[in-house]
Amino acid sequence: MATQHSRTAARLMISPAVILLLAWMIVPLALTIYFSFLRYNLLMPGTEAWTGWTNYYYFVTDPSFTDAIWNTLALVGGVLIITVGGGTLFALLLDRPMWGQGIVRILVIAPFFVMPTVSGLVWKNMFMNPVNGIFGHIATSFGFEPFDFFGQAPMASIIWIVSWQWLPFATLILLTALQSLDSEQLEAAEMDGASWLNRFWFIMLPHLARAITVVILIQTIFLLSIFAEILVTTNGGPGTATTNLTYLIYVQSLLQYDVGAGSAGGVIAIILANIVAIFLMRMIGKNLDA
Amino acid sequence: MARAVSNREKTVTTIVAWTLGILMFFPILWIAILSLKTEVDAIRGPIEVLTSGWTTESYGAVQARSDYFKHFTNSVVIALGSTLLGLLIAVPAAWAMAFVPAKRTKNVLMWMLSTKMLPPVGVLIPIYLIFRDTGLLDTRTGLVIVLMLINLPIIIWMLYTYFREIPGEILEAARMDGASLRKEVLYVLTPMAVPGIASTVLLNVILAWNEAFWTLNLTASKAAPLTAFIASYSSPEGLFYAKLSAASVMAIAPILIIGWFSQKQLVRGLTFGAVK
Repeated sequence: MATQHSRTAARLMISPAVILLLAWMIVPLALTIYFSFLRYNLLMPGTEAWTGWTNYYYFVTDPSFTDAIWNTLALVGGVLIITVGGGTLFALLLDRPMWGQGIVRILVIAPFFVMPTVSGLVWKNMFMNPVNGIFGHIATSFGFEPFDFFGQAPMASIIWIVSWQWLPFATLILLTALQSLDSEQLEAAEMDGASWLNRFWFIMLPHLARAITVVILIQTIFLLSIFAEILVTTNGGPGTATTNLTYLIYVQSLLQYDVGAGSAGGVIAIILANIVAIFLMRMIGKNLDA
Repeated sequence: MARAVSNREKTVTTIVAWTLGILMFFPILWIAILSLKTEVDAIRGPIEVLTSGWTTESYGAVQARSDYFKHFTNSVVIALGSTLLGLLIAVPAAWAMAFVPAKRTKNVLMWMLSTKMLPPVGVLIPIYLIFRDTGLLDTRTGLVIVLMLINLPIIIWMLYTYFREIPGEILEAARMDGASLRKEVLYVLTPMAVPGIASTVLLNVILAWNEAFWTLNLTASKAAPLTAFIASYSSPEGLFYAKLSAASVMAIAPILIIGWFSQKQLVRGLTFGAVK
């Protein structure tokens, strides 16, 4: 069907997108790599000089880098455990017959559409503030000392907020996957006397495995770049308690104006994200063939 | 499903599910309530909040104090502008890849997707400096361009999966009947493609509206959309719960409504077809 003529036309139609994305990827990426080898501070213009690996050395040996790596792992890991575990339970629950299923689904999914700055500020002030927040009020009315969430457990608080935003995503995807499960298979297993736990373990979970992997990979890509929630709640503090890699690079480059070190951090962030991306791309690619 | 479910079982499921659903939704419900209170009442205990009087003064105060509508307009312009500009570039590309597939089509698609995996912070500095030097910092034009670029892979990918579902035989049949390319596109392809394009637009408006890395880093005040405007409430200045609530409700309401209509597309768009 495709003639030479239509092939040329097709190439012309694709090229604007390819050229734009290529430029968007190559130009900033090349600049980041280039800057990472320069002594380059925005406060001292004109003093740029080649420094080799110095920026990398300083960025990696800075204690806040180690903190940031651990914080990033805690944030990504914590949110993944809560959202995948909770999402599986929610999906199993929402898949069962009930009254008003459509409305419950809407209620559960809603947090995903709340912009990050709003969810950060609403949880921080209206719920977790020890004096005026709802949790504080409830604790006081029962005679307990209110808990200072962002003072005592800053990282756990941020994990909680981000999990609230991403639980709907995991639920929605796992529910979609669950609904594509052949119900006859489940009924047959039930007639053969398999308990619910056995049906879940041997039929539902293997069926969900693929969707769970997709949820983990996609969420990891997004969670590595969490920024707004930290900016509006803790500013990375107290100390570096909630500074993840993304936030550390932001501080280095746009607050301390150290373009060189910030760029070195950027290159490291890109490498980390790519490790996850390779696995994700492989899964998507397999599906494209099917 | 044919399996009989006892009414008792169904009742229990209903109660548990509704409880969890309401708990998940509660923060949104709570700010809707607080937005209708005075600042003094908004910081009181939950029972006092519910029993105090209602007022809409916060909504007016937000507009009067900080020109809320300007930021709302910025959000609309940036979200719609970046989506429409993206469509303009993506529709021809997705169309060509779906209907004139070449050997490398799959590789091109995968490569486009891989650009989405680039962490934004990795290219923050160059983009910031380029924007500073070209005067694009704190302009709506600049944000439209950046958000268009970061969402372009998703737009192309979604359109591609929708276009691929359009049977090629129908197009051939139209051609056999003597339809010109223009007629083919206008009367055969477009009507079948409209639902897919509409879903793509919805999802991308949501993503652009809520984007909070570039909008926070590349704007100051002039072009700040709602994400950045709300962030300005993070510095506490006295009593502000009711105003923050009112500003938040207005910022999330439109997207909440759009989002509820596009649940299915969300799965398709955000998993790149890996889950169906």
